Amino acid sequence: MKHLRFLCAAAALALAGAVSPGVAGQPDPSRLDYGLQARALAPGVWVVEGANADFEPANGCNIINTGFIATGAGVLVINTGPSLKYGQQLRVLIERTAGEPVKQVIHLNLHPDYFLGNQAFADVPRLATPATRAGMAREAKAYEDNLYRLCGDWMKGTQALLPDGDLAPGVLRMGGREFELREYQGHTDSDLVLVDRRSGVVFAGGLVFVQRIPTTPHAQLPQWQQSLRALQAALPAQPATHGLTALVPSHGPVRADAQGLAMTQRYLGWLEGALQRAAAQGLEMTELLRSPLPEEFQGWAARATEYTRNVVHLYPRYEQAALQPACDTKARAACEKLGQLAEKP
Amino acid sequence: MGGALAWLAAPPAVRAQGDKDPLGSSQWEDIRREFLGQAPVVFDERVQVRGPAFAEDPMAVPVSVSALGLSDVKQIAVIVDRNPIRKVLDFHPQLALPALSFRFKLEQASPVRAAVRTGDGVWHVGGTWVESTGGGCTVPGVTRSDGSWASTLGQVSGALFESPLDAQATRLRLRVMHPMDTGLVAGVPAFYINRLAVLDEGGRELLLFNGHEPLSENPVLSFELPGRVQGALRVRGSDNNGNRFDAAIGRRLLP
Repeated sequence: MKHLRFLCAAAALALAGAVSPGVAGQPDPSRLDYGLQARALAPGVWVVEGANADFEPANGCNIINTGFIATGAGVLVINTGPSLKYGQQLRVLIERTAGEPVKQVIHLNLHPDYFLGNQAFADVPRLATPATRAGMAREAKAYEDNLYRLCGDWMKGTQALLPDGDLAPGVLRMGGREFELREYQGHTDSDLVLVDRRSGVVFAGGLVFVQRIPTTPHAQLPQWQQSLRALQAALPAQPATHGLTALVPSHGPVRADAQGLAMTQRYLGWLEGALQRAAAQGLEMTELLRSPLPEEFQGWAARATEYTRNVVHLYPRYEQAALQPACDTKARAACEKLGQLAEKP
Repeated sequence: MGGALAWLAAPPAVRAQGDKDPLGSSQWEDIRREFLGQAPVVFDERVQVRGPAFAEDPMAVPVSVSALGLSDVKQIAVIVDRNPIRKVLDFHPQLALPALSFRFKLEQASPVRAAVRTGDGVWHVGGTWVESTGGGCTVPGVTRSDGSWASTLGQVSGALFESPLDAQATRLRLRVMHPMDTGLVAGVPAFYINRLAVLDEGGRELLLFNGHEPLSENPVLSFELPGRVQGALRVRGSDNNGNRFDAAIGRRLLP
């Protein structure tokens, strides 16, 4: 019986993981070597997996999944990682693996580990949507400072090199491949998803977190959930020849199915409800921070830090909505609601 | 008489932890001299200070202080050891419960302490440690940077809730729009709310709060008032430049 249960579990694993589970490279802090490894998801399509964790010196602050695709007319690089050293090591890895020179870089959103490796790609076009470019320009200095504080030596020599061209949603043709670029929002103001039509591999960017608490410094929860619904509806039909074969989230393991969307959706739905309920009950941020997470999310990566960040980023707007303008000489309209006020100020 | 005997039977500081700083801060002796003077001091776990383990936003670190386990509380002072300006606030609960929540600006990782003075003159001290990558006190706030503070200065919003700490009590949450400049940003002098009182409909003062520079921009505060507050409350205060605010907050219509 025990045996049977084991077999069932193994079968379930095999189904979920038609794409074999990835192994993040082993970073070596003494040599500032990220140990990057490329894993083929389909012919010509590779993912470079980061640790499913929080930014830490031990992992070199490499917590992102980047990717690259050989098109026959040069390589398309999807995000460049958290530092100059990451960018350099990624470029070496690409040239060793793809057998084609790098042709173009795209950034799926404005967050630091999507573009701080750009110095290693200074000689090729680097594209992002106008909203992402504006956001990067606004935040670049703070990102550099923050990642230097968090990651130390791994950041040596890193300076933000911004994208130099605009990317519009729609079809992007390179060599023998057609990529569909879909622009959503909610994780940030501009969240790009790249669908490789030939292979059915989807790079979902920051919209999807798999077994990791989502990051929220620029998040709008209602829009994010709406975007996930729209992406879910768009997915199966997208790859022209066959369906989804792999979904690459920016953070967390690659899966062969679209379960990552539902996981992210469940977390965001729970989080939004928790924030709304807390605000309606008049809870303080400290009280919300101490309330337990549902069991499903307890074991997710970065649990200890990212939920705290979620609350700090998002609660102020919910609690403020639960407070009403007080009645004073500048807000007479609010006085009528009071009724019982003996002497109006 | 029986009450007095019971008091004598149980040591008054049954859960007091003595006079050694549990947070092991080298600054403690200086802080004690500067803020608590010659009065007796005990570290006491009945003074609970709760904050996040780390300051995700060093401009607004949320903290709750509760001394509900102590009676006859006269004053709660909040002091941050490693801030360039250490005193965050003084709270005189008067008729309110000895508990409050607020947010403050943290310059670097530091102990955050609440010193609670009881009627016998003893300071009961509790604290927590908050990690930070730094920069809270020397960076201008959002409304200072974009200039919008002038159009919202002194606006109050708020609401009343059943207190999560005590079902018999009412929580008042309020926000007062104010840039709360520390004076540590070049060219911007200190500008902060230094007095806020909450009064009942009859004009009776329920609590008095004295703010200092490290309180966060547009302070959000929670106080706990005894009983179910039925009428409106009045919030009156001023800043160190003499600007006044005077507003009324109605009771929340409970379902």
